[in-house]
Amino acid sequence: MSEITYAQAIKEAMSEEMRRDENVFLMGEDVGLYGGAFGVSVGMFEEFGEERVRDTPISEAVIAGAAAGAAVTGMRPIAEIMFSDFTTISMDQLVNQAAKMRYMFGGKAKVPMVLRTPGGSGTGAAAQHSQSLEAWFCHVPGLKVVIPSTPYDAKGLLKAAIRDDNPVIFIEQKLLYRRKGEVPEGDYIIELGKADVKREGKDVTIISYGRMIPPCLKVAEELAAEGIDVEVVDPRTLLPLDKDTLIQSAKKTGRVLIVHEAVQTGGFGGEIAAVLADSEAFYYLDAPIKRLGGLDIPIPYCPELEKNAVPTEEKIKEAIKTLMKGSAKA
Amino acid sequence: MTEKELDAAQQGKGQETLSKELLEDMYIKMLHTRLFEEKVAYFFSMGMVHGTTHLYVGEEASAVGACSALEVEDLITSTHRGHGHCIGKGIDLNKMMAELLGKETGYCKGKGGSMHIADLTRGNIGANGVVGGGHAISVGAALTLRMKKQDNVVLCFFGDGASNEGSFHEALNLASVWKLPVIFLCENNLYGMSVPVSKSMNVQDVAVRAAAYGIEGRVVDGNDAIAVYHAVKEAKEYVKENGPILIEAKTYRWLGHSKSDANVYRTKEEIASWKEKCPIKRLRKYLEEAGISTAEELDSIEKQAKEDIDKAVEFAQNSPYPSLDTIMDDVYA
Repeated sequence: MSEITYAQAIKEAMSEEMRRDENVFLMGEDVGLYGGAFGVSVGMFEEFGEERVRDTPISEAVIAGAAAGAAVTGMRPIAEIMFSDFTTISMDQLVNQAAKMRYMFGGKAKVPMVLRTPGGSGTGAAAQHSQSLEAWFCHVPGLKVVIPSTPYDAKGLLKAAIRDDNPVIFIEQKLLYRRKGEVPEGDYIIELGKADVKREGKDVTIISYGRMIPPCLKVAEELAAEGIDVEVVDPRTLLPLDKDTLIQSAKKTGRVLIVHEAVQTGGFGGEIAAVLADSEAFYYLDAPIKRLGGLDIPIPYCPELEKNAVPTEEKIKEAIKTLMKGSAKA
Repeated sequence: MTEKELDAAQQGKGQETLSKELLEDMYIKMLHTRLFEEKVAYFFSMGMVHGTTHLYVGEEASAVGACSALEVEDLITSTHRGHGHCIGKGIDLNKMMAELLGKETGYCKGKGGSMHIADLTRGNIGANGVVGGGHAISVGAALTLRMKKQDNVVLCFFGDGASNEGSFHEALNLASVWKLPVIFLCENNLYGMSVPVSKSMNVQDVAVRAAAYGIEGRVVDGNDAIAVYHAVKEAKEYVKENGPILIEAKTYRWLGHSKSDANVYRTKEEIASWKEKCPIKRLRKYLEEAGISTAEELDSIEKQAKEDIDKAVEFAQNSPYPSLDTIMDDVYA
């Protein structure tokens, strides 16, 4: 085991898959000599050359569409869109083309592409470089949507995504890029669609993902000192969603808080809440399911405003306490 | 140029003389396309085909001329008006008709319909319901050919309307900087739905847009199958060496944009004048006058074409609808 960053884990996944399979290649804006806007692909250009680490023009539609076209004809492209906000420019290619080809062609096509894109706020880049758009992609059958929260998950999930025969939207969290975590040497795969219990607990479940996992874990430790035992579950893959693990955890603790930084209205938390409410977990609940999403605003620039546009540790703690109070067990 | 002069130019110096076999194959494919569309129009009027469909009547020379210059392994991306492209690329008429009737035996098991027919085994990587949807895909497909060192090309069909989409510009630019073997073939049928090209772009020829990407743009008479064939054949060799090219085939759609189109935005006279230039009649005339095929031979090809379409209709009508059990199949691989 060695400690590496989330960014290094992603690079290791790509590099190992490119060494393993000559059909895998990387394309996107500034992914070459520059090494990617967040430095994720530093050194890959030197190792694999410009044929397999391809700088593109600033043309998000053709980056996504060319990846779909290369995938459907036999390659396994990894396309990078520099900020997830700019996937809006690629939407036709992702939603109407890549996601649809297999079904509308009667199962004859495979589209084994990965679209990597940094999402989330916290960098001071304001409203057009800070969004969390995962719910949009989850609304499109044919896509898979992955958001890893640790270096270990990032590497194992990205390898699985590259080997998957479907278009996978792989959302990386900008604020996690520099965070370190233990990652084993060499090859390992984390199956898509499998949630992970990041911390076991018996009183209340937090379901969260991406860069909200570290604050949720921190809050869990703090509340443990106050006698509240918090379980933290990370779905890791939003589509397909590991409903069973979420339902089991909700049944176990009887209280659920869903935390994500994406704006609350229409956010993926609503889907998770509905899945639980519609399951046998409902009969085990001691309090209504609670959601804590981002405020329904574009991400503001000013640091204090930006920080408070998404769930903070204080708000998470407060929400847990409210949940505990509202229950018979409290 | 008059038609006669064009014909002379086609079989002129430096261009291969097309074999009787190839020309007759083009003739029957153009007939298949016309008859297929007439049958679809009929089915529509009978309420047997649902949704919408975009008929290709009048543009047969473009699809068949272009695809005849390709190998089976060469790839095409197609459009919402793609029946001709499919037939040009040698698709199975039975499966195609079955797909339009939503049958299990159709190309897409009844899930794609008119706008989504694909046959990856014959290089057709898909029709497309989105205007301009195929541009970027064709660039990616050409990238595959390059990276796998395959000596084939991609032909990207699109219309004049699609050349106003952002994806057109992004795709031409990227194909150009990466020198990818793509033939961008614009079928300029003079209307983007109801809007004439004069009101949607401020250039006469789509082909001039190539200059913005440092590639060659050429114009060809899209109603002349032989001219289109030569243009694409030549382009095929060119793009392997030099990267993409843009060919604009000038043609005309006789019918409305889709079945909901009452066709009120153009005059009967205009449509009639283009019907005079029917690409199928024109090829037949050429075959006869050049002494390549006799009238009897051509009559027999026409009879064969009708039989093929009737057979496709019979196959489609006798095929079952897909079982409801298949509704969830093939969302994911």
